[in-house]
Amino acid sequence: MPQRSRPLRHSLRRHQTISAYLFIAPSALIMGVFLLWPLISSARLSFYESSEFGPSTFVGLGNYRAMVGDPIFRRDLLHTLVYALIVTPATVGLALVFALMLHRQLRARAFFRAALFLPAVLSLGVMAIAWGFLLDPTIGLLPHWLAPLGVSFGKGKADPTIAFVFVMIVGIWKNVGFYMVMYLAGLATIPGDLYEAASVDGASPWRQFRSITWPLLSNTSAFVFIMATIASVQAFDQIYSITRGGPYFSTETLAYLIYRRGFQDLDFGYASAVAWTLTLIVFAISLGQRVYFSRREINY
Amino acid sequence: MTRALPSTARPSGLGRAPGRVLLYLSLVLAAFMTLLPVLWMLGASVRPEGNILSHPSDLIPTHWTLVNYRQIWSAIPFANELRSTVVFAGGVTIFSLLFDSMTAYALARLEFPGRRLFFVLILLFLMVPPQITLIPVYQMVAHLGLINTYPGMIIPRATNAFGIFFLRQFFVGLPSDLSQAARIDGASELRIYWSIVMPLARPALLTLGLFHFMYNWNDLLWPLIITTDNNMATLPAGLAQFAGTHVVEYGLLMAGATMAMLPMLLAFVAVQRKFIQGIATTGLK
Repeated sequence: MPQRSRPLRHSLRRHQTISAYLFIAPSALIMGVFLLWPLISSARLSFYESSEFGPSTFVGLGNYRAMVGDPIFRRDLLHTLVYALIVTPATVGLALVFALMLHRQLRARAFFRAALFLPAVLSLGVMAIAWGFLLDPTIGLLPHWLAPLGVSFGKGKADPTIAFVFVMIVGIWKNVGFYMVMYLAGLATIPGDLYEAASVDGASPWRQFRSITWPLLSNTSAFVFIMATIASVQAFDQIYSITRGGPYFSTETLAYLIYRRGFQDLDFGYASAVAWTLTLIVFAISLGQRVYFSRREINY
Repeated sequence: MTRALPSTARPSGLGRAPGRVLLYLSLVLAAFMTLLPVLWMLGASVRPEGNILSHPSDLIPTHWTLVNYRQIWSAIPFANELRSTVVFAGGVTIFSLLFDSMTAYALARLEFPGRRLFFVLILLFLMVPPQITLIPVYQMVAHLGLINTYPGMIIPRATNAFGIFFLRQFFVGLPSDLSQAARIDGASELRIYWSIVMPLARPALLTLGLFHFMYNWNDLLWPLIITTDNNMATLPAGLAQFAGTHVVEYGLLMAGATMAMLPMLLAFVAVQRKFIQGIATTGLK
């Protein structure tokens, strides 16, 4: 860049600043009104005993104290963590496997890609009804087909453990295709001659994956892992549509607890305290993952 | 990032015959499992109501009827809800592509005080669970008298942290020479944004547009609470309410769901190739 005189550079700077503020004005206004302010007001709500009609009594950390001592909160926190710890790696792992399969030249590749991506474009609320039917232990298709193999669905979604597995399966089903597309995009950026050179050197496919594919996909993995973790921790739609948190609250997670205490019991103060706690958990996990991935010299 | 390796090799042979068979088998199985609920939905939509409940484990219907497709139009205000879904999802998509790209342009290409702070805020907003803001936002929209209106549905969604982040990653990667040259020639930032950066960003805009459209087309909770009038409800919200009050009419519900899904499916099939390219060319690789 050619050297410019000081005043010119200075006026360009000021000009850029004014333009920049005009450019961000619409977003800043909308986010300020419909995101930042609601966040602040829900933080405020969390310190009050409050209902539909607004805050009533200031209770300080009362809601948070009640929450920590609440076995229901601890149970739902455990469910949230178990769900995230199983669904996140399962979703990302399957997405990577499918992407590796569908990256190469194949017959009907476009069909397979579209088929696996399809759940991402479907309404989870509606599809959960179809899943409920497929998994029903007395009339469902899957128990009917799997019975000869000795697979039992027991009491189906009336059984706490099986209900939780159902919710996780639907959660994985919904998102695998989406992350697969992210991985396909990542794979498309790896130069093919790397593999050619590696196979001339006699590297096995596993070795090629470990030395070329995986390291060069680290940006994708970082992004996919963080998005998938956030999605898992906030899972709601399939729980709402399939089990409504039951049976005996066995599928209730923190996201569902917020909905139940806020919109059903109208205890907005307590619900806001849980919501802020969930937000802080998501912040902490994302931050941890960012640090982990950036330590491995990856920036996304 | 790319490691220097010699690139004189011949193309490697991919997989041998048994491997291929295994590969295809896994893919067919995976695709079948993925499509199973969709196939069941399609099947149920063309079966007479009683048949679904008496023979639910038939995947391929033995009795066919189109009566569900005819009846759903009068069972719920289908035409109105379809229009509402199109306006809502389309409106959100257009406005957020515009506002997201303007903000992303400023964050990626302009120097200004507060830039880092604003970007950090965007990263934090990415992680906010939607449940946390739902109550206050609802109260605000109600206070403004915008319940059951398109502005009330669209404006709170008209920009979004993910969109800004996504486009910023893309804009950062564009070469700066063009805009630098235009700037020295006296072009305004608005002109650089609109005539240089936006055309180059077409694949990313297409991808993000599809994300926005998809997400809002399918969204349940927001349209459900922001509309109380059935004629203003979106299709997923209308169908969910229908499912709540008419628990047994699966055929109707599945016919409605099939018709609600079709536009999304066709849109995806049409732009599939560009869609993947669009992601590939952004910073999200």
